[in-house]
Amino acid sequence: MPQKSPSFSLGASRQNLSIRGYIVTGQFFKKMGAIAATALALLPSMASAQEIGAVGRGHPEPGQFHLQESVTPIMDSIVAFHDGILMWTISLIVLLVLALLVVIVVRFNAKANPVPARFTHNTLVEIIWTVVPILVLVVIAIPSFGVLSDQMTIPDGERKYLGANVFSMGEVDVPAPTLTVKASGEQWYWNYEYVDQGVAFDSNMLNDDEIAALKPGQPRLLAVNNELVVPVNTTVRMQITASPSGVIHAFAVPSFGIKVDAVPGRLNETWFNSRETGMFYGQCSELCGKDHAFMPIGVRVVTAEEFETFIAAFEESRDYTVAVATLPAL
Amino acid sequence: MANTAHLEAHATGHTAHDHHTPTGWRRWVFSTNHKDIGIMYLVFAIISGVVGGLLSGAMRLELQEPGIQIFHGLAAMAYGVEGDAALDAGKHMFNVFVSAHALIMVFFTVMPATMGGFANYFAPLMIGAPDTAFPRINNIAFWLLPPALLLTVMSMFFEGPSGALGFGGGWTAYPPLATSGHPGPATDFVIFSLHVAGISSILGAINLITTILNMRAPGMTLHKMPLFAWSVLVTAFLLLLALPVLAGAITMMLTDRNFGTTFFAPEGGGDPILYQHLFWFFGHPEVYIMILPGFGIISHIVATFSRKPVFGYMAMAYAMVAIGFVGFVVWAHHMYTTGLSLDVQRYFVAATMVIAVPTGVKIFSWIATMWGGSITFRTPMLWAIGFIFLFTVGGVTGVVLANAGADRALHDTYYVVAHFHYVLSLGAVFSIFAGWYYWFPKMFGYMYSEFLGKLHFWVMFIGVNLIFFPQHFLGLAGMPRRYVDYPDAFALWNRVSSIGYYITFVAMVIFFYATWEAVRKKRLAGDNPWGDGATTLEWTLSSPPPFHQFSTLPRIDSKDAH
Repeated sequence: MPQKSPSFSLGASRQNLSIRGYIVTGQFFKKMGAIAATALALLPSMASAQEIGAVGRGHPEPGQFHLQESVTPIMDSIVAFHDGILMWTISLIVLLVLALLVVIVVRFNAKANPVPARFTHNTLVEIIWTVVPILVLVVIAIPSFGVLSDQMTIPDGERKYLGANVFSMGEVDVPAPTLTVKASGEQWYWNYEYVDQGVAFDSNMLNDDEIAALKPGQPRLLAVNNELVVPVNTTVRMQITASPSGVIHAFAVPSFGIKVDAVPGRLNETWFNSRETGMFYGQCSELCGKDHAFMPIGVRVVTAEEFETFIAAFEESRDYTVAVATLPAL
Repeated sequence: MANTAHLEAHATGHTAHDHHTPTGWRRWVFSTNHKDIGIMYLVFAIISGVVGGLLSGAMRLELQEPGIQIFHGLAAMAYGVEGDAALDAGKHMFNVFVSAHALIMVFFTVMPATMGGFANYFAPLMIGAPDTAFPRINNIAFWLLPPALLLTVMSMFFEGPSGALGFGGGWTAYPPLATSGHPGPATDFVIFSLHVAGISSILGAINLITTILNMRAPGMTLHKMPLFAWSVLVTAFLLLLALPVLAGAITMMLTDRNFGTTFFAPEGGGDPILYQHLFWFFGHPEVYIMILPGFGIISHIVATFSRKPVFGYMAMAYAMVAIGFVGFVVWAHHMYTTGLSLDVQRYFVAATMVIAVPTGVKIFSWIATMWGGSITFRTPMLWAIGFIFLFTVGGVTGVVLANAGADRALHDTYYVVAHFHYVLSLGAVFSIFAGWYYWFPKMFGYMYSEFLGKLHFWVMFIGVNLIFFPQHFLGLAGMPRRYVDYPDAFALWNRVSSIGYYITFVAMVIFFYATWEAVRKKRLAGDNPWGDGATTLEWTLSSPPPFHQFSTLPRIDSKDAH
């Protein structure tokens, strides 16, 4: 069943509660951030504490300071790589530099140390601060290349994907794509085509009045009139381009971990496989003119049966509104 | 015969020149004096900085709350449109402000301040030269900038997209948005502005390279040259090699727009992505052009106030050379989402991460310079330490973005905005303020107020961090850049960011007051207000230095430290 309003609690089922999982999946940073944000929220007129630190699935939550919740193997690997490796590395580097600066301020001020040392070289430390960063970068590069390769390789049904374990050799099975959707960026809306079925429709942003009338409760600037409907647990091949006489846009859905430029005269490709049903929003991510901020991407993930009914109705009627009427109301 | 007459006339003129320094408007408009030209560059940068800063203020006002509050009204006032037309004009106007803010800050604020102002003024002094090699080129290079700025400002009042005014395609000016998306002349004004500013920078670079390679005082080998002169030399080479590529790219765009070529138009067999490659081949070295002179300034300040020579001088100099060199082979990390193949992305990930190594060498060497020092925390030193910390924060988020896999989630979001403002707005600009307070007594002969200088630092430090740190959160949560309005969930951190802007605005008021106060109070600074830590040649001269210095060239003893 499509979720009317997806749940955003931090205690989602997939989260590994072991210590290692706690660190690698970034729970540590979420908690640390929640503490900091709660402190900030105590300032008057900001926001209530429970509002801050939530992690949106398919859309941002108020006060969010973290990547959106993942529902695909690709976003799993991005979140694990970012939270588990990059955030730790950069936080420790910044803290190291800060600590050194604090020591310098305390120990080597003119009062504490009236006579300056005269040394200007120390070959050993110079070698250390050249070699250690190289090693750190190599450690980052190994998962980085894996995460990147996963993103850029369309599944063939045999290749294993990293998922949340970015130091593995690949342990997640992903089926070969069975659905191809072409998204074309227009000024300023998206056109989606089910390529094999030969049916297409436009997707426009709803303004505030339309949201109130048609889809009450959906988020402002994200809600669209016609969502792209795809089945759950299915690999979808996305082809992305832009109107030949138009400008560059970018197709992005944060919870899927995809972002691809829509370039006139080019057909770019990416893929996703969502394990959750529900609404997933993205926004145009390349400056495209005055309504750049007003051409959101709305993807509705439904069950396989619902999708079969939907696409059959769409093929027969060639009318999106007829097809979408077969789905439960949002 | 004619030749002789000319030589005699020249000789006489020269003698007269030596005895009379020009006065009034002639001194400035006709100036061939590197110090006067340097001051003009600094004044120009301050004026542009105010314009660019006010533009960002309008943006932060708009983004303080969800919805469109400011820009439809601004558009109504500026263009006399009403209702929905005002709303449309306002949305476009926001993009115009985004574009103009970036262009003005990059080409007319940071570059004139560092490579125009400080480099012109202090590189010749530090190497013991009487002036730059080509003083008249120096004059032309400066005087090309005001018309260039004027062209950018004028572009805001000409048609861009059909029925709307100004160029709203971002400083990157990607086609087709900058070509078929902006049929009006506004884009041509921007292109011409960049041409003129580019010529100015190339001329300035030629002048500085020639000066540094040929006019060092006897005994000052390259490996004894102060690090600021090194940073200027490396930066000048980057300018010389990068700007012609930009000029080529925007010239191709100009002919695409006006003469029917289709270099970047897919319908004619061209490729919009080709422009991005050309632009970023310039654009990535450009960001090092903005920060490298700052590296040089920080090295001197850190050494001066630690009363200790620079740690690892050779590594510091060659780290800048390495950063400059590698900076030319990493450009496509700005283009991970354009559809580059897997192998291309792998290469650019690896090459980009390499830059972290020489950058790390610089950070740690500054720390090692301070280590064991006897540090006085005067205003320039506060800015320098602030720079080191904030540049580290901006640098490490650069390592995150270097990874194409992670960049997929962050590309074109506010995370990127936060990253490059940490290295530029909090990096380059902090180094400029550090240099300003460090050299203010030398340039003007008066001491600024320590209290006001430190107040300026702390207010600005709090303000800019409040602006840009929450933008990391916005980017992680997925807020795209260059958005006039955003989903309500992004409201909190946008509001914090806007509050940070107001605090920074107060800091700028303090800056202007501090400058005015210093000039009014006339506290004489003396030749060297910083004591025995300040070892470079500019501190051996009076404050301000004589109109012509080093009529007898200084000799650099082989025992002298750097």
